[in-house]
Amino acid sequence: MARTLLTVPPTAKRGEVIELRTLIAHIMETGFRPDANGQVKPRDLINRFSCRFNGELVCSAELYPAVAANPYFSFTMLATESGTLSFSWEGDNGFSQSESAVLTVT
Amino acid sequence: MQRRELLHLGVAFGTAVVVPAVRATSSEMQDAIRGYANGASVKPGKVKLDVPPLVENGNAVPITVSVDSPMSATEHVTGIAVFNDRNPQRDVVRFTLGPRSGKALVSTRIRLATSQQLVAVARLSDGSYWSHSVDVLVTLAACLE
Amino acid sequence: MKRWAAAIAMVAVCLNANAQAPDARRSGFDDMSPQTQAMQRDDMQNPAMLTVQDGAALWERAPSTSAKACAGCHGAAAKAMRGVAASYPAFDKTLKRPIDLSQRINLCRERHQQSTPFAAESPELLALESYVALQSRGLPITPLADPKLQAPRARGEALYRQRIGQLDLSCAQCHDERAGGRLGGSLIPQGHANGYPLYRLEWQALGSLQRRLRNCMTGVRAEPLAYGSPEIVELALYLAWRDRGMKLEAPAVRP
Repeated sequence: MARTLLTVPPTAKRGEVIELRTLIAHIMETGFRPDANGQVKPRDLINRFSCRFNGELVCSAELYPAVAANPYFSFTMLATESGTLSFSWEGDNGFSQSESAVLTVT
Repeated sequence: MQRRELLHLGVAFGTAVVVPAVRATSSEMQDAIRGYANGASVKPGKVKLDVPPLVENGNAVPITVSVDSPMSATEHVTGIAVFNDRNPQRDVVRFTLGPRSGKALVSTRIRLATSQQLVAVARLSDGSYWSHSVDVLVTLAACLE
Repeated sequence: MKRWAAAIAMVAVCLNANAQAPDARRSGFDDMSPQTQAMQRDDMQNPAMLTVQDGAALWERAPSTSAKACAGCHGAAAKAMRGVAASYPAFDKTLKRPIDLSQRINLCRERHQQSTPFAAESPELLALESYVALQSRGLPITPLADPKLQAPRARGEALYRQRIGQLDLSCAQCHDERAGGRLGGSLIPQGHANGYPLYRLEWQALGSLQRRLRNCMTGVRAEPLAYGSPEIVELALYLAWRDRGMKLEAPAVRP
């Protein structure tokens, strides 16, 4: 389980556009870097990120090697009702992680 | 005399080979953008790619892309893609958005191998494509491990 | 004329001796771009905070059924570890030499947790070190007044001023004499060790002061001091003295 840091406001007003931020610990090995012996280190990337609210897609991303290590994303969401935000990351070597957060909308 | 002429030719060839290689990389980026746009024309405008003009380390460069759009059900951004011309690969990241996003505003941190051009392309719900390109100067670390 | 000059000079000296000279020291933070500064300021953007989370978990975890966790002896880190990182390196009575925070963590593991020490720069050691250092964030660096540290500190200062490597440069030549200048495209900072362990963008990872010092030595083409060697700790001891009073920024971000 990789460490993550999620910034989700605990509450929001109906109609408010809120900011969501995610940070996940991952080396994002590009597959282009040589090691100390000159051998290319095998690629090990997170390939996809997605955020859903009550199942509906808020934002998703296809990550390429040019995304920095410990991928950070910031995006927005229109708050219309209370519910659950779910975040998921998938990548090479079977990497798969999900996190969730509850949002209360008044 | 003959050998010197041959050497001159060789040097000319050498230089002639290098210059098109630089242009070819930029045309690779144009190809990648064309591919993303499915052949549609990509017009400059509506998109703002925020990236510092001078970067102190290319390993983690913060970027923000915003698009002027109401993000309503009938008029919104469906995707944002960022391309480069000097990394090993042209693609950087591709986002998918929708009316639930509220705003077309995404940020992340990217890797830049060297000074180069970045292009952000937005795909709108009406099928149009818009872009913004920025040149970034990347300083490389002086003391390596 | 000479007598006037002498009198003015004496007055100037007296005034200087009594007045607070402005602190000319600049943290590496001040030399960074606004974007990198923002990364350090925001705990939700600072990748070092991911490692700190690991440290917090390790603090609570007993290494075996027969040994206590760090929390088992120390309690909550926020209280027990406050000020610790800001005062290290410290003199260890048993080893009879100064040790830094990572060595103290490993000695605790050996002496009080019946466990093998973590390897230098290992994820676990860095996690604990960054978690403990966080508890001193914002505090002024306050080296211990232990007289047993004086001689090692002096040796550390001598190392700081010694020319080393194929490039034949000393730390002082770049970081005291040429700070603010440029090496390649990079600004030369004053080299204050007030943010360690830190997330270095160049490493794409969190690392210790020892790692950074070894990088510098490799940078001037010198044989780097070994991890955990008495010399590298004495150098760190001098650097903490050089940084006394500056705020600890751990876990910082640097380019």
